[in-house]
Amino acid sequence: MMYVLQRFLRSVLLLWGLSFLCFLFTEMAPGSFFDEMRLNPQISPETIASLRTRYGLDRPLGVRYARWTIAAIHGDLGYSIAYNTPVTPLLWTRAKNTLLLTVTATFLTWLLGVPLGLLTGSARGKFADKLATPTSSFLLAVPEIVLAVGILALVVRWRFVPAGGMMSLGFEDLSPWQKIRDIAVHMLVPGLILVLGGVAVVERHVRASVLEVLNMPYIQAARGLGIGRVRLLFLHVLPVAANPAISLFGFSIAALLGGSLVVEVVTAWPGLGPLILEATLSRDLYLVIGAVLLSAVFMIAGNLIADLILVASDPRIRAGESNAA
Amino acid sequence: MRRKLCLGFLVGAMAALHCAILAAAFIAPYDAGAQDRDLPYAPPTRVHFRDSSGWHAPFVYRWIPDRDGYRLDTTTRYPIHFLARGESHSVLGIFRSNLRLFQVDEPARLLFLGTDSFGRDEFSRLLYGGQISLATGLLATLITVATATLIGTIAGYFGNWIDESLMAVGELFLCLPWFYFLIGARAFLPLHLSVAGTFLLLIVVIGIIGWARPARLIRGIVLSARNRNYVLAARGFGASSFYLLRRHILPETSAILLTQAALLIPQYVAAEATLSFLGLGVSEPVPSWGNMLSPLQQYTVLVSYSWLLAPAVALVITSVMYWLLADVLHHWVQSHSIN
Repeated sequence: MMYVLQRFLRSVLLLWGLSFLCFLFTEMAPGSFFDEMRLNPQISPETIASLRTRYGLDRPLGVRYARWTIAAIHGDLGYSIAYNTPVTPLLWTRAKNTLLLTVTATFLTWLLGVPLGLLTGSARGKFADKLATPTSSFLLAVPEIVLAVGILALVVRWRFVPAGGMMSLGFEDLSPWQKIRDIAVHMLVPGLILVLGGVAVVERHVRASVLEVLNMPYIQAARGLGIGRVRLLFLHVLPVAANPAISLFGFSIAALLGGSLVVEVVTAWPGLGPLILEATLSRDLYLVIGAVLLSAVFMIAGNLIADLILVASDPRIRAGESNAA
Repeated sequence: MRRKLCLGFLVGAMAALHCAILAAAFIAPYDAGAQDRDLPYAPPTRVHFRDSSGWHAPFVYRWIPDRDGYRLDTTTRYPIHFLARGESHSVLGIFRSNLRLFQVDEPARLLFLGTDSFGRDEFSRLLYGGQISLATGLLATLITVATATLIGTIAGYFGNWIDESLMAVGELFLCLPWFYFLIGARAFLPLHLSVAGTFLLLIVVIGIIGWARPARLIRGIVLSARNRNYVLAARGFGASSFYLLRRHILPETSAILLTQAALLIPQYVAAEATLSFLGLGVSEPVPSWGNMLSPLQQYTVLVSYSWLLAPAVALVITSVMYWLLADVLHHWVQSHSIN
């Protein structure tokens, strides 16, 4: 319990440090949203100055940071200058779309990756391994952007599923069942890109740790006792080989918001990715800070969850922690 | 034996790729910015060896703009001149020359990979763009490795509160959603920079963000090396910290550093490509593999002009080569390590 509390506190501190880093960055960087306005002769310097005052940009960094922190604790991440609305609801609607995509993709990735890893790890040198291992190496090596553009090129050419956006025209008129179907069909392409990239990573990790565990004496003993292959793999190998996979699962959760930016932009999925890109290009600083921090929250939470599952699942770690405490 | 052969093949292929990109000015038939507004989106030129009159030295036909696309003008053959004098160029900005590997007489054009929307030769741009992309990857990796070695060594060797505070900062960097951060960091730098300025900033920003993971590895190695018996013995003979680090401890990190570098380079090349693809990196008219891909964001271009995917293929080939190299290095390190 002590350990959980300690980890939690550490995460909060980490987040706080991150937010300060973000602020520092925005302060050091030259240029702001109002630079473009300054070039416009129709906008007087006084107007710009009053706008700066309204958004609080004329205050020193410390004051701004303190005010922002207090507001952020209350769930208010500031005001988007470009969209002219509060940042929090804006981020939230987009984040929901991103999560819809990434949670589905992550679920499928693990559903496919773990059995594949078990299969290739236990059938080392067999046909399945010889086919899957080079494929996963290749998928690991291919940059995400190339994977995205490549798959999109194929899909756009063959035109059997929609390649962009999240809903068809006239989405509002569809029945609830058709709506679900429509979104699912639109999710195929970005989902496929994410799953292909992810499965290779999961398969690799699971395979490596399965290989390691299979060499242990207790597995030899279990084999000698005549335990069947499937039972051996799922009941005896998997629990011991799970640790690296659990850490990796933490990373998967961590990447739920931050990992799909490129895919979203390429396939025009209306998630957080395109939003942050626009915000970046227009220097909408509170929006950028908000989005970076929101994905950092997932990042930190993912690592925290992974650690907690590790503690819960592995008695060795539990023992280590209680000894240390 | 077979392993050695594969390794030799890999190293040879990598050397060939890097030499071709280094000598872009010599190999490319045209300059990266040379436009031909009459030939937008021209398909790749095929090299022919025979026509109705029999066999010839390699030659090409000319594309004639047509109502719907292009048609091949097969009336005249344009032989390819090898090592011919053409427009002068400078190789790596060091020596000037007007010798080019391939030349073809006007008005024909030698377009191995077709042209883009401005009628610029995709093949030439691919070579020149490779210079930018690979240089970003290599230099950013150099920055990362240098920072990681410095911080990892200090943390591992001096230990105590220095170690703890440095590793806490490292954890902060590991938790960053680094791609968002990269975009954010780029966002707060001026948008309208000179190309050289953007290029340098890009290298520094990409290079600095990735230091935490290799630094952790180095710290681990330094930490264990510090307490080896021979190091303690040397210390007992009065060796200074600097001497110990230089002579006994840092050499142990070199193998890990090499492997890490081989892993980082393709990631950083991809990072540059992604940023430039999104319009935040190296910008037109200077080619890079990333910004050459960005026209493909329009579906019509993506469907109709498949030769514009050439930089994607180049990225895949480069990445796969570096990953294989990292794999080889990893196995080599494992079979040679003391533990």
